[in-house]
Amino acid sequence: MAEYKLSINGENLTVEVEPATPLLWVIRDTLGMPGTKFGCGMAQCGACTVHLDGTAIRSCTFPVSAAVGKKITTIEGISEDNSHPVQRAWIELQVPQCGYCQSGQIMSAVALLSKNQKPSDEDIDLAMQGNLCRCGTYPRVRKAIHLAAKMMTHEIN
Amino acid sequence: MKSTKGVSRRTFLKRSSATGIFLALGFPAAALEAVAEKMPPLQNMALEALKGIEINPFIIIDQSGKITIISHKPDMGQGTWQSIPTVVAEELDVDPATITIKSSVGEKKFGDQLAAGSSSIRGSWNTLRNSGAAAREMLMTAAARQWGVPVAECSTANARVLHTSTGKSLGYGELIEAASTLPVPAEPKLKAATAFKWVGKSVPKPDVPLKVNGSAVYGMDMKVPGMLYASVERCPTITGKLVSFDDSKARAVKGVKHVIKSERPFFSRTFEGVAVIADSYYGALEGRKRLMIEWNTSAEKEVDSAAFIASLHELAGQEGAVHDQAPEFKQVLEQAAKKHMASYETPFLAHSPLEPENALVHVRDGECEIWAPVQGPDGAVRAVSEYLGIPYDKVIIHVPFLGGGFGRKAFTDYILEAAYLSRELKAPIKVVWTREDDTLQGPFRSASVSRMEGALDKEGNVLALHHKIVAPSIQGQLWNGLKENTPDAWAMEGISKHDSPYQIPNYKTSFVLAETSIPIAWWRSVYASASMFGHESFIDELAQMNGKDPLELRIEMSQGDSRYRKVLEALKEKSGWAAKPEAGKGKGCAIARSFGSIVAHALFMGRNKEGKLRVEKVVSVIDCGTFVNPDTIRAQTEGNIVMGLTAAIKDPIIFKEGKVQQTNFHNYRMLRINEMPEVEVHIMQNNEHPGGVGEPGLPPVAPALANAVFSATGKRIRKLPINLDEV
Repeated sequence: MAEYKLSINGENLTVEVEPATPLLWVIRDTLGMPGTKFGCGMAQCGACTVHLDGTAIRSCTFPVSAAVGKKITTIEGISEDNSHPVQRAWIELQVPQCGYCQSGQIMSAVALLSKNQKPSDEDIDLAMQGNLCRCGTYPRVRKAIHLAAKMMTHEIN
Repeated sequence: MKSTKGVSRRTFLKRSSATGIFLALGFPAAALEAVAEKMPPLQNMALEALKGIEINPFIIIDQSGKITIISHKPDMGQGTWQSIPTVVAEELDVDPATITIKSSVGEKKFGDQLAAGSSSIRGSWNTLRNSGAAAREMLMTAAARQWGVPVAECSTANARVLHTSTGKSLGYGELIEAASTLPVPAEPKLKAATAFKWVGKSVPKPDVPLKVNGSAVYGMDMKVPGMLYASVERCPTITGKLVSFDDSKARAVKGVKHVIKSERPFFSRTFEGVAVIADSYYGALEGRKRLMIEWNTSAEKEVDSAAFIASLHELAGQEGAVHDQAPEFKQVLEQAAKKHMASYETPFLAHSPLEPENALVHVRDGECEIWAPVQGPDGAVRAVSEYLGIPYDKVIIHVPFLGGGFGRKAFTDYILEAAYLSRELKAPIKVVWTREDDTLQGPFRSASVSRMEGALDKEGNVLALHHKIVAPSIQGQLWNGLKENTPDAWAMEGISKHDSPYQIPNYKTSFVLAETSIPIAWWRSVYASASMFGHESFIDELAQMNGKDPLELRIEMSQGDSRYRKVLEALKEKSGWAAKPEAGKGKGCAIARSFGSIVAHALFMGRNKEGKLRVEKVVSVIDCGTFVNPDTIRAQTEGNIVMGLTAAIKDPIIFKEGKVQQTNFHNYRMLRINEMPEVEVHIMQNNEHPGGVGEPGLPPVAPALANAVFSATGKRIRKLPINLDEV
C-alpha cells in the first residue's frame, strides 16, 4: 500500500492503495465515483475512458501510480447539470440506450472536440473506434459529435 | 413500496423531476445517512420517502398531487422506463414529464415482469391502458359525487378533474382518498388513438439526462455497508468439476478475506468455482489470479463446436419432427418442374452485454435483499426464494438500469451464486463477473443449421417451401420441456406459416433435435436470429433461379397480405431499390416477421479504399402496429442492425476440447463506429395491436447482407460469419 495524491475533477484527493491498482477501481471503489464503467479490463471497450491532462485514456489498465501529478477528469467532471455541449447534443439526439458505455463515449468525444473543433467523419471514426457500444448507438454518436461541434463553435446554440 | 416485517423500512426510489430521475439504493435507515454523505448530491435528493395512496398497482398519488407510476419491466436500453409509464399516464391523462417513475421490486401484484421476447409493451398494453383509464374514471367519479353532477359532464386536464359548465375543478391529489374507496371499473373507457397526446410521439426519455453525466445507477454501481466483493474463478471447460485448490497465495493478497468453493445453479446443472472475497474488487481479482486449482475436465474433452456443427449437417438428413405441413407438400415437391435445396449454417454466439453480470445479495435471518441487473425481477425473486428456502415475500429485489441484457440477464444463475456466497459468509456479497467470465461461460446462442427445400413450376412460381431447423432445444435443455418427436415451438419464430410473408401454396416446417452439453439460452431474437439467414437467403436463391428481382419476387409472393406488401413496397420506394448498383457494388434485401412485428431491410454494399466489400447503407422499414415512441423504435432498429451485423461478420464463439477460444473483445470482436453504415429507419403507421420492437429488426440483417454479397460478387454464402475481406 502507498499513498497517492490525485487531482480529480479539480479536487485534490489522497488515496491509499496498491501501486498497481488500475485507476478505474480507485475512481469507482475507493473514491466512490461510479460514472466511469468497467467493461473489459483490457482497454478494449472504452467504457472506463477518463482524461489525463485532457487526453482520453483507458483507466482499467492505467496504474494509479502513473496518474500522480496529472489532471484527471471523469464523466462527473464534465458537468453535473448536463450543460456541456457534448452532453446537450447527446440529449438532443437521444443517444443512449442502455447507457453503460456512454460515459466513455462522451469522454472520448470531449477529448476529440478539445483538439479538433470540426471533426470529419474520418476523424470521428479514428477517435471513437476504441469505444464499443453493444446497443449500437454509433449513428447517433456520430451525429451528436457533429452537433456538439456546431454548438461549441456557436454555429448553433 | 414494499416493507419487510421485522426489519427497518427500506427505500428504493426513482424520483423524477424536471431535471431527471434520481435513484437511491435500499439501505437500512440508520446506515443510510452515513452512506448518503459519500453519495453524489443528486442521489441524496431521493432519500425522502415515497408517500401516497395506491389506486392500483401501477399508480400511486399523494395528497399534494404527486403521481408515481411503476414500471414493471426493467430497462436494458429498450426504453421501457419511458414507454411503460407513458401508456399509463396517457390514459390517466397526465403529462408523463410530470410524474415520478419507480421500478417494481418483484411484487406478485404486477404479474409477469420479465422484459424478454419483445413483449413489454405488446404484452402489457391492455393492462397498462386499463389501469390508467380505470384510475381516471375513479377520480372523475369521486369529483362528480362531491359536486353532485353527472360523471358524463366531467373531463380531465393537467392532473385535474374539471366540470366545464360551472368552472369547478379538483386536483387528483385532492380526490385520491375518495377515489381509492370506489369500485374499480371493469371496462373503463379508453382513449381513441386519435386523442393520444404522448403515445405515438418522440418524447425524450427520462433516463437520458442521467446517462450523460454518470449519475444513472447500474447493478455494477450498487454498494451497501459491510459489503464484500467477490470474483470467482470458473472452470474453463464450463461444466468441469473442482478437484482441489490451494489458496495460500490468494489469501496473502491484501484485503482478501475469504476463499471458498462456490456454486452457480443454472436449471438442472450446478457450475462450480472458487470464490475470492475481498474488501475491494481489485483485491478479489488479484487474489483470484493467485489461486492454484485442479479441475476435472474429462467430461468435456469431446466438446468441439466444429464437430457439433458437422453433426448438425448430418442430422439435416433426418425427417425430424414436423411442425406444419400442407397435405400435398410431398407430392408437389416430387413432381415439380424445378427444385432447389440448400443448407445454411450459423455459429454459437455470446451475448456480451457491456455491463458484465453482477449481483449484490444480502441473505439475513429468514430474508434476502438483492440488488442486481435482471430482466425479470419476479423470476429472480422466485429463483432465490426457492434456492434459499425463504418465502417469496421475504425476498426483495432492487433492479437498477441494466447495462444491456440481450437475453443473458433473463437468467438468474449469477444472482444465485451471490446468494450462495452471502448465505455462506453471512455478509452482503457483490459478485462481479469479468469480461472473460462472461465470454467463456455463456450461456450461448446455439449454433444451428437450416435446410431449405423449394419447388417451382415451369413459369417460376414458388409452389412449395420447406424449412427444416437442426438445433438444440432451449426449452428442452433448460426446462426439460420438449416432448419427444416434437418441434421446439420457439424455433418456429419467423419461419412458421403464421409468420411467413409469403403465399406459398405448399408450406412445411420441421425441427431436428440436436443434443449438446454447451449451455444455451435466449439471445436477442432467439432462433429467428439464425433461422432467417437461411430462410431469406433461400428466397433470393429462388429469385435467381427465376431470373426475377429478389424484392419484386417478395412483393409478388406477398400480395395476399397487405401489411407485408405495404412494408415491401415502402422498402422499394424508400431505399431507391430500382437503381442498379455500380460495378463491384451490391444490394440485398430481406424481410421477417418475428415477435409480432414485420421488418424489412435493404442493404447496400460498396468497396473501401482497398477494394474490400463494406456495408454502406441499410434502409429499414418496420411495421410494429401501434407504437409508443417512434424515436425508440428507430433506436432499437439501429441497434438491431448493429448487433445483426456483428453476428454476421464478426467472431463466432468456438469450442475446442470443451473450452471457448474467445476471451475478451480483442478476439471476440464487435462492430465499431468506423464500420458503421448509414442507417435509415421508416415506421409504418397503422392502428394494429402493438408488436415487439427490441428484437424484430435483427433477423433480416444477415440474409440482407448475404444477398447483397451475392449481388456484388455472384458468390452465395451459406455460412456465418462472412469474412468481408475474403469475398
